[in-house]
Amino acid sequence: MARFGSREKNRPVPKLDPRITALTVLMAVVLTAAAGRLYYLQVIKHHELSELADRNRIRIQRLPALRGLVYDDRHRPLVDTRPSFDAVIVPEDTRNLSATIERLEKVLNHDHIAEKLEDAEDQGRPEFEPVTVDERLEWPQVVALETHQLELPGVSLQVNPRRHYIYDSLAAHLLGYVGEVTVRDLNHLPDYRMGDEIGKFGLERSLETTLRGDSGGQEIEVDSVGRRLRLLREIPEKPGDSVVMTLDLDLQKAAEQAIGNRAGALVAIDPNTGYILAMASFPAFDPNVFAGGITPANWRALAMDPSHPLENRAIQGAYPPGSTFKIVDSIAGLSDRTLTPETTYFCPGGLYYGGREYRCWRKQGHGTISVHRAIVESCDVFFYEVGEHLGIDRIAAWAHALGLGKKTDIELDNERTGTIPSTAWKQRRFHERWYPAETLSVAIGQGYVTVTPLQLADLAAEVANGGTLYKPQFVKEIDALDGSVVKSFPPIIESRVRIDPQVLEEVREGMAGVVNQPDGTAHGAKLDNVIVAGKTGTAQVVKEGQGVRLKEDALPERYRDHGWFIAFAPVDHPKIAIACIIEHSGHGGSSAGPVVKAVMQKYFEMNPPQGGPPPKAGPTANPVTQPADQADAQTE
Amino acid sequence: MAVLDRRIVYHFDWTVFTLSLGLAAVGLVSVLSGTWGGAHHGLDPLVVRQLLWIGVGTALMTAVALLDYRALGSYAYLIYAVAVGLLVVVAVAGHSTGGSRRWINLGVLKLEPSEVAKLALVLVMVRYMREEPPRGGWKAHQMAVPAILLAIPAALVLKQPDLGTALILILLTATLVFVGGLNWRTLAVLALGAVLVAPVGWHYLKPYQRERLVSFLNPESDPLGSGYHIIQSEIAIGSGGHWGKGLFKGTQARLNFLPEQTTDFIFAVFAEEFGFAGSMLLLGLYAGLIARGAWIARHARDRFGSMLAIGVTGIIFWQVAINIGMATGMLPVVGITLPLVSYGGSSLIMMMIALGLLISINVRRYLF
Repeated sequence: MARFGSREKNRPVPKLDPRITALTVLMAVVLTAAAGRLYYLQVIKHHELSELADRNRIRIQRLPALRGLVYDDRHRPLVDTRPSFDAVIVPEDTRNLSATIERLEKVLNHDHIAEKLEDAEDQGRPEFEPVTVDERLEWPQVVALETHQLELPGVSLQVNPRRHYIYDSLAAHLLGYVGEVTVRDLNHLPDYRMGDEIGKFGLERSLETTLRGDSGGQEIEVDSVGRRLRLLREIPEKPGDSVVMTLDLDLQKAAEQAIGNRAGALVAIDPNTGYILAMASFPAFDPNVFAGGITPANWRALAMDPSHPLENRAIQGAYPPGSTFKIVDSIAGLSDRTLTPETTYFCPGGLYYGGREYRCWRKQGHGTISVHRAIVESCDVFFYEVGEHLGIDRIAAWAHALGLGKKTDIELDNERTGTIPSTAWKQRRFHERWYPAETLSVAIGQGYVTVTPLQLADLAAEVANGGTLYKPQFVKEIDALDGSVVKSFPPIIESRVRIDPQVLEEVREGMAGVVNQPDGTAHGAKLDNVIVAGKTGTAQVVKEGQGVRLKEDALPERYRDHGWFIAFAPVDHPKIAIACIIEHSGHGGSSAGPVVKAVMQKYFEMNPPQGGPPPKAGPTANPVTQPADQADAQTE
Repeated sequence: MAVLDRRIVYHFDWTVFTLSLGLAAVGLVSVLSGTWGGAHHGLDPLVVRQLLWIGVGTALMTAVALLDYRALGSYAYLIYAVAVGLLVVVAVAGHSTGGSRRWINLGVLKLEPSEVAKLALVLVMVRYMREEPPRGGWKAHQMAVPAILLAIPAALVLKQPDLGTALILILLTATLVFVGGLNWRTLAVLALGAVLVAPVGWHYLKPYQRERLVSFLNPESDPLGSGYHIIQSEIAIGSGGHWGKGLFKGTQARLNFLPEQTTDFIFAVFAEEFGFAGSMLLLGLYAGLIARGAWIARHARDRFGSMLAIGVTGIIFWQVAINIGMATGMLPVVGITLPLVSYGGSSLIMMMIALGLLISINVRRYLF
């Protein structure tokens, strides 16, 4: 009661009232505005600002997976990953950046450190993130850096995994190389980040997904200056699987050694599986220079080299097959019965056709000659006749059936198709009709026809295995880290050509004669314990006036012919088929022959033929070569 | 006066008292959270000290509430002179931290005279305007004395430099002069004058103060420079969402993304952990206190009491408005504490004394 009364009585300062009201309104408006702002921030923009808060405190650090290893067929490592010592600077941790740089440049004896830091700064790298300023330090540099650690605040050594090709350039083209993923690739490779390694060439590229594994990551909570506080979450990285190749280290070494420093290529395959046992190409390169970033100068040197060291000649080199193509002629002719084992032609050292002379490589001629001796001695005139009787389209059909003129589909990039000409092909390509005289060139593997060494290895394998074309494979299996087999690669049959066994027998006998008969064009490739069958070839580089051959020695090297030799062995139960080309080496028997012989020797050293001499070989039982020798003796 | 009048107890303003302690409690929790997991792993000495200040403050608030506020009228000029004297002492022999000289080290307490100055200025203004203005309100020339009374402490505070407190002193003077009855025309002229003087004032700002103003207008222009505080504070507040991240779970505060998280930016710490609900509660407590202050002003027994209530309410209102406005990015960053919540003995005790006065004003209207 009293309160009520006194309040009524005590309205003391009426004059202040309106202004207090005005002030109260102002205060109410301001506080409402504050409430509105808080609603905006905490309710409307909550999601966005939450993300910012997380981004503030959480750093995602990727843990790149260790790349899988590569082994040869006997699980000997060919490619592994080794630690590389890199020098890194955390700019924030240096007290005096320029002084530190100066000192570091002195310690490492390297003067691009300031530039690297500037680049990093240009990319907007925060101060607390390490910048790699020098990679793959030599041991003395590592020691120097460790000893001067105290004078170099903010500088540390980081150990990063780096791809290592144990045998340097060995099988470089097949193994390939890795490099830093390009900005362009990043657009379509969502799993990759700047600075990641990616397979660029060869097996490294083909099996990228297998080798790479899955990179892990760490969610790290950091404070306002980026100091690492604690690990929130970790997804461990999954190392890449290992690749076991079909390649044999010793055989590969033997092949590369035999080729030496001559440009050329060699492919050795298992005719019963299509597995590649060796694949060499020279000139080669050292894939180690790519790992961890190739310098522009090194890249230019490799890319611009006129001898094309980056090219895998085994699949990217398309050469005229030369006389090795006579195997195709023989199979085609004998199968189509335009030729029989008894058919003879007379070789006077050349053939007049369409008003021109097509010469045989042997000026004095081979006389009356049948298919066996024609293969053994590689008579051109005989196969001019065979080709003429077959016609280009039948030759082409057989060549195609045998896998020439089309890709083998080996899991490598940039494989060349080669060319098997036909009337349709010429029409398509030149809008011209086929001249019968051109068939003669094709019959001896010249003219338009080109093949890759791998295709010819396949051809040798088909003769060896009876007409089965396997897909060439260089990976036997993929192993997980614990050694368990993740995936194996059984042989894949691409196609089967039906070839009469008698036809095959005739061709094999001829090819055995090439190596084992004294008058064979590759008699030098004969082995003591194994009967090798083969065929030489000489691929013309310059189209001379047909049939007119210049003396090889008179030509500058780059115009000299390429020498081919394709072979398989043992002739009755073939285990290995090889094609080899040595560029600009002249005659195949004397250049590629010894290379193939060396590889064969190595192979049979490692895999001795059962019971010493070949099963059917012996003084009495040598059905393949014995009659051939006799036949040869008769004709001589 | 010697004997405690029973009516004082009976009419004691529990609203102001409860709201004040509620806010102090919020402040204690915020200081606890703002220091949690810091150098002291757990309870920081700061929290203990804040609790101590709250205790001392509550006692002083109660004591002041029991006093007759009218007595202050006679001491207004003396108190003002002491406050200015302290500011001079600070300018001459003050304790400096972070480039500004704001404190007098008294051992137990680092006294911040600018806090004293706020209340002293309110007192002296109210004392000067205790008489009714002439018809039509105060004329411009009659405002010369308040202008001088403002200018002295404002200049000293600006010199520290403490732009925030200077701003509060100006706003308090403006509030009191307005409520006290300034002539409308003069008001208009002064407002215009302020607009014209602003560029000149800009000239006298310290570079960091200018930077703050510029970065306020566009915080993203330099996210790691001056705009950093605004952005981080907004992130902290916004990431709190509806219900907040929970006590001690505010990552922005925990990981030191917030500057001065126990003082100027304590609101962000609180809002991050208690969300929109929490910040509305805090804002509600302030609104309640301010509304109660305005109600007391309106119902005060005399003009002095009414004006003094406005002054005290003004201190709370302007500091809350500027502090929250700054933390939410509506206003540029100026160092102003959140009343009763921010850590700091001087501000807490002065604030509680001021609230004691408010209670006293309300109690006294039943006594005479």
